[in-house]
Amino acid sequence: MGLYAVVAALGFRRYATYRVATAAGVFTNTVFGFVMAYTYMALWDERPHLGGYGVAQAVTFVWMGQSLLAASSILGGGFEQELAERIRKGDVAIDLYRPADLQLWWLASDLGRAAFHLLGRGVAPTAAAAFFFPLTLPDSPVTWLFFLLSVALGVVVSFAIRYLVALTSFWLLDASGIQQITALAGIFFSGMLLPLALFPGRLGDVARVLPWSAMLQIPVDVLLGRHTGGGLAQALAFQAGWAAALLAAGRLVGMFATRKVVVQGG
Amino acid sequence: MSIESSGTAEPSTPSTPSEPSATAGRAACAGATAARGGFIELDGLVKSFTVRRKAGVLRRTKHEVRAVDGISFSVARGEMVGYIGPNGAGKSTTIKMLTGILVPTSGRLTVAGLDPARERTRLARRIGVVFGQRTTLWWDLPLRDSYHLMRRMYRIPDARYRQNLDHCTELLDLGPLMDVPVRQLSLGQRMRGDIAAALLHDPEVLYLDEPTIGLDVVSKAKVREFLRTVNEELGTTVLLTTHDLTDIEQLCERVMVIDHGRLVHDGGLDALHADGGSERTLVVDLERELPPIEVEGARAVRVEGPRQWLAFPASASAAPLVAEIAAEYPLVDLSVREPAIEDVIARMYADRSAL
Ligand SMILES: Nc1ncnc2c1ncn2[C@@H]1O[C@H](COP(=O)(O)OP(=O)(O)O)[C@@H](O)[C@H]1O
Ligand SMILES: [Mg+2]
Repeated sequence: MGLYAVVAALGFRRYATYRVATAAGVFTNTVFGFVMAYTYMALWDERPHLGGYGVAQAVTFVWMGQSLLAASSILGGGFEQELAERIRKGDVAIDLYRPADLQLWWLASDLGRAAFHLLGRGVAPTAAAAFFFPLTLPDSPVTWLFFLLSVALGVVVSFAIRYLVALTSFWLLDASGIQQITALAGIFFSGMLLPLALFPGRLGDVARVLPWSAMLQIPVDVLLGRHTGGGLAQALAFQAGWAAALLAAGRLVGMFATRKVVVQGG
Repeated sequence: MSIESSGTAEPSTPSTPSEPSATAGRAACAGATAARGGFIELDGLVKSFTVRRKAGVLRRTKHEVRAVDGISFSVARGEMVGYIGPNGAGKSTTIKMLTGILVPTSGRLTVAGLDPARERTRLARRIGVVFGQRTTLWWDLPLRDSYHLMRRMYRIPDARYRQNLDHCTELLDLGPLMDVPVRQLSLGQRMRGDIAAALLHDPEVLYLDEPTIGLDVVSKAKVREFLRTVNEELGTTVLLTTHDLTDIEQLCERVMVIDHGRLVHDGGLDALHADGGSERTLVVDLERELPPIEVEGARAVRVEGPRQWLAFPASASAAPLVAEIAAEYPLVDLSVREPAIEDVIARMYADRSAL
C-alpha cells in the first residue's frame, strides 16, 4: 500500500473507533429523515410532480440527503476543524516538514473518513426508511455504480471547499465564521433543504451551477435516473470540473500561505 | 547521593570533530558537502516578521520583529551541538528555517548541501525533527500505527525499519506502549515515542527543539542517554535546542548561545561559564540543622533547616568540594544545579558593559 492509501485507511479506522458518535449520528439522521419525509409528503400531496419529482422520488431524495449528510460532510465538520486548529496552534509545521503533500495527505484522510461515514451512517437510515416509505431505488447495478462515482466526486468537491476554508486560518486565526457560512451554503445550495429544481428563476439557475450542487443534488439525480446517456456524462463532468478547479485553487492558496505567511508559535 | 551533572574537567575548546564517525553509506554522500565546509552552514541568516498592532480604533501600525538577526555558524557532520537561549531568543525560528518550512528574509543557509526552503521535500528524507511541544504521532491511534505510517512516508526498507524500530523500542523502553493510543501516553512517554518516530528513516541530522521541556527527571535521563547513543553509534549530527543547561552539560561539547536573534557565544560550556563568571549551585542535605557550611571555593547562599545551598564558580569542578564537605559534615544527599540560562546571559552582558 502506498502512503496515501495508508493515510486513508487510518482515516477510516479512526472514525470507526468513534462508536457512540456514529450511533448518535444515525439516530439523528433517522429522526430528521422522518420529519422531512412527512413534510415532503404533505407538500407533494398539495403539488404533485413538484420539480418533476414524483412523491416516492421526493421521499427518496430526503433519505439520500440524510444518508450522504455525513459522508459528503455537507454541514462541514471533519478534517477542516483539525487542520484549522493545527494552523492556528502552529502544529502545521509538522505537516510541512514531512516528505508528503499537505493537500493529498488531508484528501486521503478525508476520503477514508467519508468511506466510513457512507457505510456507518449512510446505509442504516435508508435501510430503516425502506420499511416505512415507498423509495425508488434503482435495480440496475450500473446506476448504483454511477451513483457511487458521483458521490465520490461530491466528496472531493466538499473536501476542496473545506480545505480552502481551513487555509484561511493562516490569515484569520479563527476560521469558525467562514466555516459557519460554508455550512449554511452547504445546507441551502446542495439541495439538502429542498431539491434545487424547486428553486425559482435566477436563484435556481445560479444554485444549479454552484459547486455545492455536486455534493447532493447531482448524486441523487443520478440515483433517481434523471441523468442518462449524454446528460449523465455532462453531470459527472460538471462535478469533476468543480473538483479540479477547487483542488487547484487550494493548491495555489496553500503554496502562497506557506511561502508568504508564517507558521505560528515556538 | 545524586550528582545531576558531572564535573567540568574537559578542555574548553570548541569541538569540531574532523573525523567523520559515520557509517560507510553516510561517509560516501558526505563528499558533496565536505567541500563547502560544514554540514549545516548559516551565513548572516535573518528572519524578520511583520507584526500588526492596534493603534486606535481602525489604525494599525506595522512593526518589524527580527526573530533571527544575522546568525552565522557551521556544524560539522557527526557533531552534537547545543543551541540555547532564553524564551523568544529565536531558537525555534532558526530550526524552522533549517527544516525549510520558513523562508529566510536574507542570508545564506545550506543543510547537507541543500537549500532547505527550496528543496524542502528532498531534505525532509534526510532530516529528523522533534518539536518538544508538538507531536508527529496520531492522537487517536496506537504508536504502532504512527510508525507504520512513517515507514510508508519515508519509504524505509522492511529490514531497516524493523531493525531501527527494535533498536528504538529497546533503548527508549517503548515495548509496553506500542499498542496504547497516543492520547493516553504521559508527556515523557509521548516524547520518547516522538523521538523514535524521527529516527526510523536514518536521518543524517536530527533537530530537537526543547525535547526535555516539561519532562520528569527519569524521562529526561532516558532521552539524554538515547541521544548520546544515537550520536555516538550512528554518527547522526544533532542540533539540540533547550533552555535547560543540564542537557548541554551532559551531551554537548559545543554550545551556541542565542539572544535577541544574535549569536552571543559559540564554544565550550566551560568557556561560557568562564565568560560570564556564572555560578553553579551545590544543594546539600545534612543530617541535621547546622550553621552555614564553610569550605574553600564556595559560599553558602541559603540555609533552610538541614538543607543548604552553596554557590561555586561554574568553571570549577564540583568533585573537591564534595569530597571536602563529605569529610567534614554529616552528609545525607547532594545534587548540583546548573545556573539558569537567563542568569548566564545576564552576566555576560554585565561583564561586557563593565569593560
Ligand atoms: N509567526 C510569528 N509572527 C510574529 N512573530 C513571531 C512569529 N514567530 C516567532 N515570532 C517572534 O520571534 C521571536 C523568536 O521566537 P522563537 O524563535 O519562537 O523563540 P524561541 O524558540 O527561542 O523561544 C519572538 O520574539 C517571537 O515573538
Ligand atoms: Mg521555541
